[in-house]
Amino acid sequence: MNSEPLLLATPSGEELKLCPEGPWIAANVSMLETLSRSVGADVDQSRAVTLDMSGVSALDTLGAWVLEKLSRRASSSGRSAEFIGVADHFSGLMDEVRQVNRHTPPPAPAPNPVLLRLNDLGKSTVGAREDITIFLQMLGALFMALIGVLRRPRSLRLTSLIYQLYRIGWQAIPIVVLITFLIGAIIAQQGFFHFRRFGAESYTVDMVGILVLRELGVLIVAIMVAGRSGSAYTAELGSMKMREEVDALSTMGLDPVHVLILPRVAALVIALPILAFIGSIAALYGGGLVAQFYGGMAPAIYIARLHEAISVTHFEVGILKAPFMALVIGVVACSEGLRVKGSAESLGRQTTTSVVKSIFLVIVLDGLFAIFFASIGM
Amino acid sequence: MGESQEQFAIRVRDLVVGFGRQTVLDHLSLDVRRGEILGLVGASGGGKSVLMRTIIGLIPRQGGTIEVTGRPIGGRTEGAATTWGILFQQGALFSSLTVRQNIQFPLRENLVLSQELMDEIAIAKLEMVGLRAQDADKYPAELSGGMTKRVALARALALDPPILFLDEPTSGLDPIAAGDFDALIGTLQKTLGLTVFMVTHDLASLTTVCDRVAALADGKIVAIGPMRELLQSEHPWVRAYFHGKRSQMLQHEMR
Repeated sequence: MNSEPLLLATPSGEELKLCPEGPWIAANVSMLETLSRSVGADVDQSRAVTLDMSGVSALDTLGAWVLEKLSRRASSSGRSAEFIGVADHFSGLMDEVRQVNRHTPPPAPAPNPVLLRLNDLGKSTVGAREDITIFLQMLGALFMALIGVLRRPRSLRLTSLIYQLYRIGWQAIPIVVLITFLIGAIIAQQGFFHFRRFGAESYTVDMVGILVLRELGVLIVAIMVAGRSGSAYTAELGSMKMREEVDALSTMGLDPVHVLILPRVAALVIALPILAFIGSIAALYGGGLVAQFYGGMAPAIYIARLHEAISVTHFEVGILKAPFMALVIGVVACSEGLRVKGSAESLGRQTTTSVVKSIFLVIVLDGLFAIFFASIGM
Repeated sequence: MGESQEQFAIRVRDLVVGFGRQTVLDHLSLDVRRGEILGLVGASGGGKSVLMRTIIGLIPRQGGTIEVTGRPIGGRTEGAATTWGILFQQGALFSSLTVRQNIQFPLRENLVLSQELMDEIAIAKLEMVGLRAQDADKYPAELSGGMTKRVALARALALDPPILFLDEPTSGLDPIAAGDFDALIGTLQKTLGLTVFMVTHDLASLTTVCDRVAALADGKIVAIGPMRELLQSEHPWVRAYFHGKRSQMLQHEMR
């Protein structure tokens, strides 16, 4: 037996006899393609083609298809093509292959590129409107659930709320402290480094204090929570949706917003201000350490400068923003989670969307608050 | 050795598999003959899927030997895709690829061939499992349960492997679809000369397509043979399985 496939072509007058030999199997596919291409011209020129299969030692679907393709190429323009000497144990496969690929669907017409762009633009416009609608709907549903809880406080899912607080509040503290500590230290270092040139080193403390309390503390923490807890919410709710757990809840007469979403969003609204506070303190502490070891400023002086530089207003401006940012993160994360469809891919996509969208909205919200506080003189 | 290579597709000897302290398979031995359809039955959680997954190398074994087409299996097997095709219970289609790409995946990874031929082979496989060329550009999420199983079968058969593993192929299908699927497996087995190892609970499949049935209980194969012989088995678990109320009813209908 041959270990390599062969294809012997013997033309006799206008007839062509093809003798495939050896193993015509998928493992030899590149050789099979070369062989079938090499006789292509001969097949086109001859009037009748005979395929003698008696030398084939092994055959699988791929090999059978390559041979069938040759015979179809021969028979396509009204010429004759036939198989002879097909071994018994190959005949089933050959018959099967003869049935396939008979009806190739017409290829889809290539779309107009301009129309395609316009279509995308239109779709994203409609999509943006839909996003806003879904956001508002979720906000409304949450509000209704909240009213329900206020009317019957016992219906609050306390266990769930505490558990979520533990997960997104308590467990987030180490990483929040670490990051904000580093951010505070970096700001202080940069302040000392650059302000030193015009002898305004002591103003570094003002900068660190105001920046951290008004903006950075809450913003960094909100972004971290959006990445850490918002993504977890989306993935959880999404996989619940995928496995029809959300539907199961609804059929038991329970409102998924009440059972699943309210405790999560409420936990975020409670936890984020606390985390923002802890984060701000860690940042101030980081700034203080840099002031001592890099700027040469005694801790007592740092604290005294801080005391002069910042007021309760700065703290209020920062901490007031936190619950609103938490609400935005929670609503986006939960509504994106409920938009997950059947596939695992959609879960990943919705989680990404959730994080990107909530970080974007948090920053936009921060900007709006900055304008608001500036105009009321805070 | 030469003889066993001809005769047996899979030989399992004294296989021991366990998780932690629990032993799931306890010195299990099983031979699957070349070219037969072997059905494996057993209690839920009794180790049927564990046995299948151990043979294909997904679960490490603690003892014993496994030979597939005469070669011992150990650790990760290179060229596994050309030795066997596997139909997972839920299909396990790659959700980010279309049906066509799913079927082409093993071809693309194992062979060097032109895109044109690859497309034709994919459509050929699709039509062999009873689907139409129009379904080739759908995504797995758009398929019904029966179609998913068929596409998964087409992917398992993409490289014409000599051995096909099926994990509950008819679960979740309606009786008509399940019957069609059984017939399809029978036809493909004949045309492609496959050895089929099928884990199933479906008594109809066992009766209609399986050449032999093996019963797994207490971590061992307690009975093996054609369905007729198993029905006469004296083993208490096998009796309970085939002579329970549900089974009795079905067998009565079939006679």
